[in-house]
Order: sequence, then structure tokens, then C-alpha cells
Amino acid sequence: MIRLENISKAYRTRTGRHWVFKDVGFTIRRGEKIGILGRNGAGKSTLVRLIGGIEQPTSGRIVGDMSISWPLAFSGAFQHSLTGLDNLKFICRIYDKDPEEAAVAVEEFAELGRYMKEPIKTYSAGMRARLGFGISLAVDFDCFLIDEIVAVGDKRFQEKCYDELFVKRKDRAMIIVSHNDNFVRQRCDRAAVLARGTLTEFEDMDEAYAFYQANERG
Amino acid sequence: MDEGRQEVPRTSFMQSLAIQRRVIHALIMREVITRFGRHNIGFLWLFVEPMIFTVGVTLIWGALKSVHGSNLTIAAFAVTGYSSVLVWRNMPSRLVDSIEPNLSLMYHRNVRIFDIFAGRLLLEGVSVATSFLVLTIIFAAVGWLSLPEDPFKVVVGWLMLAWWGSGLGMFVGALSHRSELIDKFWHPMQYLLFPLSGSAFLVDALPPEFRDWVLILPMVHGVECVRDGFFGSEFVAHYDLGYMATINLIFTLLALVEIRRASRNLVPA
Repeated sequence: MIRLENISKAYRTRTGRHWVFKDVGFTIRRGEKIGILGRNGAGKSTLVRLIGGIEQPTSGRIVGDMSISWPLAFSGAFQHSLTGLDNLKFICRIYDKDPEEAAVAVEEFAELGRYMKEPIKTYSAGMRARLGFGISLAVDFDCFLIDEIVAVGDKRFQEKCYDELFVKRKDRAMIIVSHNDNFVRQRCDRAAVLARGTLTEFEDMDEAYAFYQANERG
Repeated sequence: MDEGRQEVPRTSFMQSLAIQRRVIHALIMREVITRFGRHNIGFLWLFVEPMIFTVGVTLIWGALKSVHGSNLTIAAFAVTGYSSVLVWRNMPSRLVDSIEPNLSLMYHRNVRIFDIFAGRLLLEGVSVATSFLVLTIIFAAVGWLSLPEDPFKVVVGWLMLAWWGSGLGMFVGALSHRSELIDKFWHPMQYLLFPLSGSAFLVDALPPEFRDWVLILPMVHGVECVRDGFFGSEFVAHYDLGYMATINLIFTLLALVEIRRASRNLVPA
């Protein structure tokens, strides 16, 4: 279970505090899949960063007992002068995973071949994303954070991603943040909408969608 | 307002300790590969670099002061002095502006600013300590200096200096995230502090009225203690480890407060 309690986040700007949202709260249990809909600028990514522990909330707290992934397919946490394999080893050390095992899994999944031993700065954006996705799957978490739809690589690779996430890991919790209601409708048990500076939860998908439509302007 | 908290997942103290150890180890390995790569002597540069500095300074000081007396003390004086400078100067230098380039690490929940700092401090400490130890043994072997009279005092004095370097380093390191002026000021500061730091003089050789002023600087006490352990029978040492510990403690607390503050305001790209 992970519970957000009265989470608010403000950023300092030249013209004073800017509140992204206030009093956001929800609970996600093991295996549950929650979709969070929001327009551009509604604060989706900020919410993902708070849940992922990348940034700290201005007030409120997040409690729970599940391990949470970093936003999936995110590749910014790499050291670009190091090789893919060195980065993989680093992340395995942090999360207490066996690097050898993870290396085999990632090599098979990301299909980078000999590029695993090349510095990441020589990778294309697609290769980086594949490596990032592969490593997050290898580390494995109780709850996966997915920022926007996983749009990595070609169609075949995307199918592989869906298979890994939604078939092989269907017992995991997932928080999927998106502006695409179709995707959320297909994949999630329930949805919440980030609009008007706070989060509103819905049990019914259609209600969530209607509310989302009614709040065009974040 | 500042009550925002992140507590996922809850861990016991021992678990936290294990995680921290793992993270710091991973950060050190990453730092070593990034800084030294796998070329030529690789990570051995970690020890060789400070050794080159110290040997250079020893030779210069030795040449300049050889007219004054025995070479034996000059080498001991230079090695103790310069190894002390390297600790309190390198530690902060490594930490100033170290948060920004490592921001992306914050995507991993277990990695904290404190871990990044601790990893770099450990690496720097081990590097300077090894250089100090190896040079002492080499210089003693070739007869430039005699081994320390009281090794325990040397270790205590050096650890106090390392503590001072860590406290000051974490403080300016965290502060540098708040303002880029810190980076601008740290460089001139370290140069201005060097001549006053007790590395290039014995406190006893100063006029008495000047001694009290110089002894305000905590690192002077540390150097004097190291030298007391090395060749204490040859001079009168002036130091107060209680005073130094107090200053160290104050800076460590300030550093922890500033790290906490910086952690709250992190915005990774």
C-alpha cells in the first residue's frame, strides 16, 4: 500500500510561490492500477516525481510499504561517460540486485549487443530508453510509475514492453500518468483527474473522462 | 510549511544503515571509474596525485630551508604540513558544486545528497591518508625523516583534520547549491587560509600575541597535534583538541541543516 496524505507542492518563482497542486491524496494497494489523467501543465510529472521520491512535497506526506520504481523508461539517471554495463552495475548495487543476472536479462531485453560496453553518450535516444526500460524491469518493483505511455522503439519492441509490464507483471501495482484517456481506460482499474490544482478520484471511468473533458484548461 | 515528508518504504535503523552502506559503495565505485577510467594506472592516480603534490612541496621547502638546519625535520615538517592541507582543502573542493552534476541520481530513491557527499569525502580521505602513509614510509626508508614518536597522536590529529574538512566541506557543498557565489569565494578563501593554516609554520615560532589569533583556526590545532605525534620532542606544540572538536561539531551541525534544506529544494531535470 502507498498512501499520499494532503500532498501540496509549490515552486519558488520570481513572482512568489506557485502552487502546482494542493491537498492531493489517494491510496494504491498491491496489484492495483490507477490512471491519472491531466492536461499538459496540470502537474502530472510533478506528482510522479513526488511519488517516486525524486522531489519532496512542500507539505503533506507519503507513506507505504511498497517499493516504487523511478518513472519508467527514464534514462536521465545514467552517467553518460560510462558504459551501459557500468551504469547497470551501479544501479544494481544501489538496489541490491545481482549485476550478472540483471546484465543477462537486460541484454536480452534491450537488444543492445556490443553497445552494452560502449559509453552511453554514443547511444541513440531509442537505445537509451531501451536500456532504461530494461534496467527498471530487471531491478523489479512492487509499484511501477509510468509517466505517459511507454513509447519506446518500434512496434515489435513496444509489444515486448506491454508483455513485460501488463502480462508478466500484472500482479504489480502501477500508477500510470497520461493525457490519453483511452490508454488509461484499457489498462487501469480506476482513474483520477489532476485539474483545478488538485486531484479528484473517480470509481467510474466514464465519470473520470467526463470530468477530464470538462476541465480542458488544467 | 516545511513538513513535507517521504517515507516509502519504512525501514528499520539497521536496514537503513545497510542501504546507506550499499549506496555509498556504489557511488564510490562510480566515481572512481568516472574520474580515473580504466586507462594506464587507473584508480592508482587517487593516491599518486596527492603524493606528487606533497613530494614537490617537500623538495621546494627542503631546498629553501636547507640552510637553516637539518634536512631530517624539513621533510617531516613538509609531509605533515602538506598532508594536513590536502585534507581540509580537498574535501571541501570536492563537494563544492557536487550536487548539480549528480542531480539525476536523485531519481533513485535511496540516493541522498548526504550519500553523494559521504562517498566523495571517503574517497578523498582514503586518497590523502594513503599518500601520507606511503610517503612517511618511503621518506623514513631513505632517511629523510624518522618514524613518528607517537603514531596515535598523528592518527588523532589527522582524523580531527579530516572531520574538520568533512564538516566544512559538507557545509560549503550544500551551501553552493543555494548560491553560486560559494564556488567563487571558496577558491580565494582556500588560498588565503593556506598560509594561516599552520602548515608552513610552527605556532611556537610565532610572536605570542599572534599565536592566539592563528589558533582561532581549527586546522592549526590539528596540524600541531599531527606534528606533536611526529616529532614532539623537537618543539613545543600548541593545540587544544577540545576547542577543535567544538568548532568541528558546530560546522557539522550547520552542514546537516544546510543539507536538509538543499534536499527539500532539489529539482532534478
